[in-house]
Amino acid sequence: MSNKMHIKLNVNGKEEEFLAEPRELLIYTLRERLNITGPHIGCETSHCGACTVTIDGKSVKSCTMFAAQADGKSITTIEGLGGPDNLHPLQEAFKEHHGLQCGYCTPGMITRATKLLEENPNPTEEEIRFGMAGNICRCTGYQNIVKSIQAAAVEMNASKEAAE
Amino acid sequence: MKDEVDTREDRVANLKGMGCSRKRVEDARFTQGKGNYVDDIKLDGMLFGDFVRSPYAHARIKSIDTAAALEVPGVLAVLTAADLEPLGLHWMPTLAGDKQMVLADGKVLFQGQEVAFVVAEDRYAAADGIELVEVEYEELPVIVNPFEALKSDVVLREDLMGEGGSLPDGAHGPRKHHNHIFTWDAGDKEPTEEVIANADVVATESMYYHRTHPCPLETCGCVASMDKVNGKLTLWGTFQAPHAIRTVVSLISGIEEHNIRVVSPDIGGGFGNKVGAYPGYVCSVVASIVTGKPVKWIEDRMDNLMTTAFARDYHMTGKISATKEGKITGLHCHVTADHGGFDACADPTKFPAGFMNICTGSYDIPTAYLEVDGVYTNKAPGGVSYRCSFRVTEAVYFIERMIEVLAIKLDMDAAELRRINFIKKEQFPYQAALGWEYDSGDYHTAWDKALKTVDYDGLRAEQAQRVEDFKAGKTRKLMGIGLSFFTEIVGAGPVKNCDILGLGMFDSCEIRIHPTGSAIARLGTISQGQGHATTFAQILASEIGLPADSITIEEGDTDTAPYGLGTYGSRSTPVAGAATAMAGRKIRAKAQMIAAYLLEVHDNDVEFDVDRFVVKGAPEKFKTMKEIAFAAYNQAIPGIEPGLEAVSYYDPPNMTYPFGAYVCVMDIDVDTGVPEIRRFYALDDCGTRINPMIIEGQVHGGLTEALAVALGQEIAYDDMGNCKTGTLMDFFLPTAWEVPNYETDYTVTPSPHHPIGAKGVGESPHVGGVPCFSNAVQDAFRPFGNTHTNMPHDHWRIWKTANELGLHG
Repeated sequence: MSNKMHIKLNVNGKEEEFLAEPRELLIYTLRERLNITGPHIGCETSHCGACTVTIDGKSVKSCTMFAAQADGKSITTIEGLGGPDNLHPLQEAFKEHHGLQCGYCTPGMITRATKLLEENPNPTEEEIRFGMAGNICRCTGYQNIVKSIQAAAVEMNASKEAAE
Repeated sequence: MKDEVDTREDRVANLKGMGCSRKRVEDARFTQGKGNYVDDIKLDGMLFGDFVRSPYAHARIKSIDTAAALEVPGVLAVLTAADLEPLGLHWMPTLAGDKQMVLADGKVLFQGQEVAFVVAEDRYAAADGIELVEVEYEELPVIVNPFEALKSDVVLREDLMGEGGSLPDGAHGPRKHHNHIFTWDAGDKEPTEEVIANADVVATESMYYHRTHPCPLETCGCVASMDKVNGKLTLWGTFQAPHAIRTVVSLISGIEEHNIRVVSPDIGGGFGNKVGAYPGYVCSVVASIVTGKPVKWIEDRMDNLMTTAFARDYHMTGKISATKEGKITGLHCHVTADHGGFDACADPTKFPAGFMNICTGSYDIPTAYLEVDGVYTNKAPGGVSYRCSFRVTEAVYFIERMIEVLAIKLDMDAAELRRINFIKKEQFPYQAALGWEYDSGDYHTAWDKALKTVDYDGLRAEQAQRVEDFKAGKTRKLMGIGLSFFTEIVGAGPVKNCDILGLGMFDSCEIRIHPTGSAIARLGTISQGQGHATTFAQILASEIGLPADSITIEEGDTDTAPYGLGTYGSRSTPVAGAATAMAGRKIRAKAQMIAAYLLEVHDNDVEFDVDRFVVKGAPEKFKTMKEIAFAAYNQAIPGIEPGLEAVSYYDPPNMTYPFGAYVCVMDIDVDTGVPEIRRFYALDDCGTRINPMIIEGQVHGGLTEALAVALGQEIAYDDMGNCKTGTLMDFFLPTAWEVPNYETDYTVTPSPHHPIGAKGVGESPHVGGVPCFSNAVQDAFRPFGNTHTNMPHDHWRIWKTANELGLHG
């Protein structure tokens, strides 16, 4: 196939530029081309959310978006949220409240939760459950995921207040 | 010295040993996207393999033309059965004593069966190649119903027919029909029939425990890399039993076992799906040998749901007899088990129906008989234990439904019927009628605690009022109270009666203490989310007195880990957990001798205390385990070898029998069929509790998988053998929105034969949860004449039940 497209992305703050077939799905661009393996593949039909990333401020399931559709956009994956020295409050909260088991859904789950809390810093339990319903977890039964997100919200609001 | 000022309590807390909710050591990498799952593996020159799969459920293959596919840029090879046959790899043995086609050999037996393996430079090229492999099929009659299969002239497995149409015995004895696999029974047939024939009361029910699938979020996959220079094969994959896979690969490939390294990296959930050996593994190995390059194979979700490892599919008929007062006298169970096109059930060799013979449940039933007939159909092979020990979910569902049906027949309260039939505390160890010896239990205490906590009598009063209100037209919602009391049988198991492919089901742990007082322990198991790296370190911390934070747990690499049979059937804690404790005790025994030498007293004059050995009667004289570890490496101690290491291979004397009491309160809208779970209370007794946080997490997860199975999850086929549930659009996985909050509780009845008294917990909530959710639905309709309806209780089926009972006016 020679009909490659010229694509530019900003991934976790880093500019990436490459030629790709129009059919290349964003999840493969991330995982195989850019070696960003935090986002996972669970269904390839947009149901499970393991591949969730943030694109220009919106949660997106990268398994059903072409890389070409993301041309020119900024993408944040779990790797861009925080590292060993600066964990995101959600990363801390998931560890603290046993919000994960096998870990396969976790990157997508946490990435989605960052957007949820950005849009709604004080969600009710019901709002968390509804807002996270695009991300499937097979291990935890969600109870501790909800708890983790609630705890992170409290933590984030407290540090926001402290900053103000 | 800091040790001297710490209180004993501080020293215990510092270990983070058994009983504390230690935070998981795995979570740092998983929360930062740094897990290492099989699809994250990337090797130089790695190729990608994928299957051409059959669109038909039963067809003869007339021809396969790979020429066009081989023209696709990036496609390197297309393997078919003809390519594998010279290697003897076109068929492979199954775990159940049958054999299974690796690639279709002349015919296909289920939709999605592997027909050809396309090897290409990447996934896209492989997909292009798959499109261009031309397979000519001749359709054959399809059988998706096991009862029809036993009557049909159509022979599904011609390869198993003898000369002149004779029917040779199968792996589990005589076969009654060409589509019959085995008959397996347990208990006493005639006495059971006699008891039932002469009983005051007999309840009879037929129930179908539908086919479903473990569906972990990560599908199955592997990377095979044959290093021709060194003659070594490395196989990374989603293996719940890496050592068994190594042995199987060696046996079927002829590569010597020392030249095979199998590695299970991080596994994204297993739930039984990743126990078996699949054609993808074999084809990847062959493709790597053929091409000389590493080959990756990763299932997509449709492949996963349609072809690897279904669960359940048991048609069960029961008869239960009792006195007028409700004392159960006998139980009869017959199962027609649909195994699909090949018998690939993952059970210990001698148990073709797993531990279905735990189906007398938690009750003192003096006489019982179980008979299981395995049957071939045009459905995918599998029959794995989906978050349960072998067929235990089926057994517990069966008995917990039969109890409810009997309660209806007796016009008794189902909680009271359970209570008067429970095995009593003083009866343990209890010899059950179908062969098992239950190790320990205190069912009445657990049941009373559960019923009291939920205010059972209050709930029944509320329910009675609801029925009146419903009849008076004041509400359209019914209320169901789901009860279940389960006894699991886990921790397979004693080598004397449990093996897989001849490999005894022991497990193992090897410990090395480093000079500075930290350690590494390796086990024959492999975590798939259970948190072994956290909990096994806790067991060791308590046993050897070094902090859990100083102990690395490593699993899953057959080059380094001691041989073990892996993680499934809740066997890690009962078997490998025991091995860990026993290996720890060997370390402690040597440490005691070293301590005595250092303290210049006799071995018997020192005793272990939390993290040290102290001189008896002189607690100020002690050596910490840290000091002892260093001494093991720097002192010449007469009669003692340097170093501090131990290994234990543990063959458990018996299974363990966790139990629990669950109550579900549910409202059901009869007009929409939507169930709303108001409350779910789960009391689990898993013996000694290693990490309460992880136990609760396991219970939440297991209950959610139970909710899924009971309320909607199924693998369904149409009459043509088309799988109707091949994507997550059709196959129900609950989201946070459908799932309630659970209340967890516990009692502790240690296992008397396990070194630390632990019984295992990962599967209990699934085993006990499925009948609890189902009983809640059925109980809501009990006042209107319902006795039994089959799962899954999705909205449509619940609506239909309401409609059939005339509740829609």
